[in-house]
Amino acid sequence: MLKLEKRPQPSRLWTWVTPLLAVVITMLAGGALFAALGKDPVEAIATIFWQPLFGEFAFYYRPQLLIKGAPLILIAIGLSLGFRAGIWNIGAEGQYIVGALTGAGVGLAFYPTESVLVFPLMVLAGALGGWAWAMIPAVLKLRFGTNEILVSLMLVYVAEQLLAAMALGPMKNPEGMGFPGSRNLRQYESAHNAELITGTGMHWGVVAAFIAVIFAYVLLTRHSLGYHIRLTGQAPRAARFAGVRPARLVLVCLGTAGALAGLAGMFEVSGPAGQVSIDFNVGYGFTAIIVAFLGRLHPLGILLAGLLMALTYIGGEIAQSNMGLPAAAIQLFQGMLLFFLLAVDVLTNYRIRFMSREVA
Amino acid sequence: MDMGSISPELLLASLMVAATPILLAALGELVVERAGVLNLGVEGMMITGAICGFAVAVNSGSPAFGFVAAAAGGALLALLFALLTQFALANQVASGLALTLFGLGLSSLLGQGYVGIKPPPVAKLDIPLLGDIPFLGRVLFSHDLMVYLGLALVGLIWSMLKYSRAGLILRAVGENHDAAHALGYKVVRIRVAAILFGGACAGLGGAYISLIRVPQWTEGMTAGAGWIALALVVFASWKAGRVLLGAWLFGGVTVLQLNLQAASVQFPLSTFGWMFFGAPLIYLIHLKLQRSRISWRAIAFVTAISATGLGYALVMRGAFTPFKVEYLSMSPYLITILVLVIMAGDKSRAPASLGRIFHASQ
Repeated sequence: MLKLEKRPQPSRLWTWVTPLLAVVITMLAGGALFAALGKDPVEAIATIFWQPLFGEFAFYYRPQLLIKGAPLILIAIGLSLGFRAGIWNIGAEGQYIVGALTGAGVGLAFYPTESVLVFPLMVLAGALGGWAWAMIPAVLKLRFGTNEILVSLMLVYVAEQLLAAMALGPMKNPEGMGFPGSRNLRQYESAHNAELITGTGMHWGVVAAFIAVIFAYVLLTRHSLGYHIRLTGQAPRAARFAGVRPARLVLVCLGTAGALAGLAGMFEVSGPAGQVSIDFNVGYGFTAIIVAFLGRLHPLGILLAGLLMALTYIGGEIAQSNMGLPAAAIQLFQGMLLFFLLAVDVLTNYRIRFMSREVA
Repeated sequence: MDMGSISPELLLASLMVAATPILLAALGELVVERAGVLNLGVEGMMITGAICGFAVAVNSGSPAFGFVAAAAGGALLALLFALLTQFALANQVASGLALTLFGLGLSSLLGQGYVGIKPPPVAKLDIPLLGDIPFLGRVLFSHDLMVYLGLALVGLIWSMLKYSRAGLILRAVGENHDAAHALGYKVVRIRVAAILFGGACAGLGGAYISLIRVPQWTEGMTAGAGWIALALVVFASWKAGRVLLGAWLFGGVTVLQLNLQAASVQFPLSTFGWMFFGAPLIYLIHLKLQRSRISWRAIAFVTAISATGLGYALVMRGAFTPFKVEYLSMSPYLITILVLVIMAGDKSRAPASLGRIFHASQ
């Protein structure tokens, strides 16, 4: 008979093995799924994980890895701080949208002034926008004790409506022949988040993502605030006795997550996406939740997980056009990954013992 | 402002319809949470139920089969959650989120061939005598069976939790799983049953949207209804009767904003002023209800905002702007937040073991 025995401490080995195990199981289950859809499973998996990196057109897809990975990593780094402390901000999608709106709003307000100051101002505005959107659940939680999960999620739907209102109203391109969507920021040099090195996909958002990883790593391992975050997650009572102020932690964690998500949105709207449009957001804020867990809430893990997730996005697109694999199948594939990760995670915290039933 | 085109009779009748999906889902979640489990995957189970019900109803031509399939689909997804949280002892918040992400992907995959199809119509029960009562007949007695199923479920769950032995055991498991375990109750088994029931209810709620409320299939069509259902359980302080009230409130808001969108009525600008006038006063009442001391600073602050709002309202009297669809569509979500803020003080009713992992160590 199987029995679970709680480990005194989470196993260090399994902490890092389980994400890999989850990826392997997801590949197997995903292969079965693709086979059920009538596609060759081996080819499908190879298309998703191999083609973008080493395939014939890899020179085109490799830069995409950074472009798709950067927002995921930026958002996931912010989320991981909160998740570690038991603060569940799941409305990153909304903060991402609002950051994009404020960032683009500043850029559009200055159009057509050419100045080196425009882009830094947009970055600032994007971060502030995301931060402010995240402060709503934070302040409501502190002042009234509302649940931050539900409030932050509700604000995603509000932000989506706000995005539609902006794309159709105040931010609509006056020279756009009545089509919805703002001016294209890629054609406005001062506001364009251009590639820093041509052909690499490296833009300011990627730089920001790497800085965020380093910043989070230092924070968590070398700074007392990071220590407080970890302590609160592992032993909330002990943290309170140690003088950790939970209110400050809520503000810092939600604020950082919001600001980073806002930055991600701003870099996206001024670079790869180019304009504020109704379908601007593609669910990075939700996928980043998977990235954060898959990366074990650890900055370096998140970096790797973010790139892996970006790979499934790109590979998914290739599989979609080459093999006719439905886009929803990729979405399901990503969802399965989190499922299997949570399932195999039992090995991190528990030992499995095979016991013969004892006679009482 | 021309509100004449909106008939109160029709408004109340469609309120009952709009309230049913969140009512069903919230009742299911209520039972789950009373058993001490927090399942944040309601949205995922609802949308899965929506497509399962829709697909089966279209293929079989029978909405009844559709609803059965929706319940089964929701329960099947809930089973995954049960496996994760009750056997693999995973974090319930993370598992619930996983369930929602998974359900959204699954539903859009399953629903690929069903976009733009009309489902078989669901007959309305025209209750003979009662349905002929002038106003009430239209509002209360001319709906489909699911509306009444929802109402019956409210009574059933309320009485079961309050009066039956099974309800007592369920609550015991939710309040203190260790004590319940020590008394010999099968904590895991009871929780799995509750989770499955919650999944089936969410599935029914989802199918109600795709088969009756809308009725057609579009990706992500539940649009946050599952999350609103979760908020409703908090709003209701984990009581079945209050869930009904909450569902009607949200149904009312949804129907009203849809009607305002359709009627293209003019929006008086002074409303913003009245909102700023009223909100601080509501805040004061909230403080009073919490029996906290109200400082002079708070009073001065509130008065200042209220006065500004009142001034704006008076100045803008008579100024109108058309309602923008997008801003109207925000209202159900904003109301949810508002309700959460107002009700958040009353946490005492939450089941004590809610969200905690149970592991019987021997």
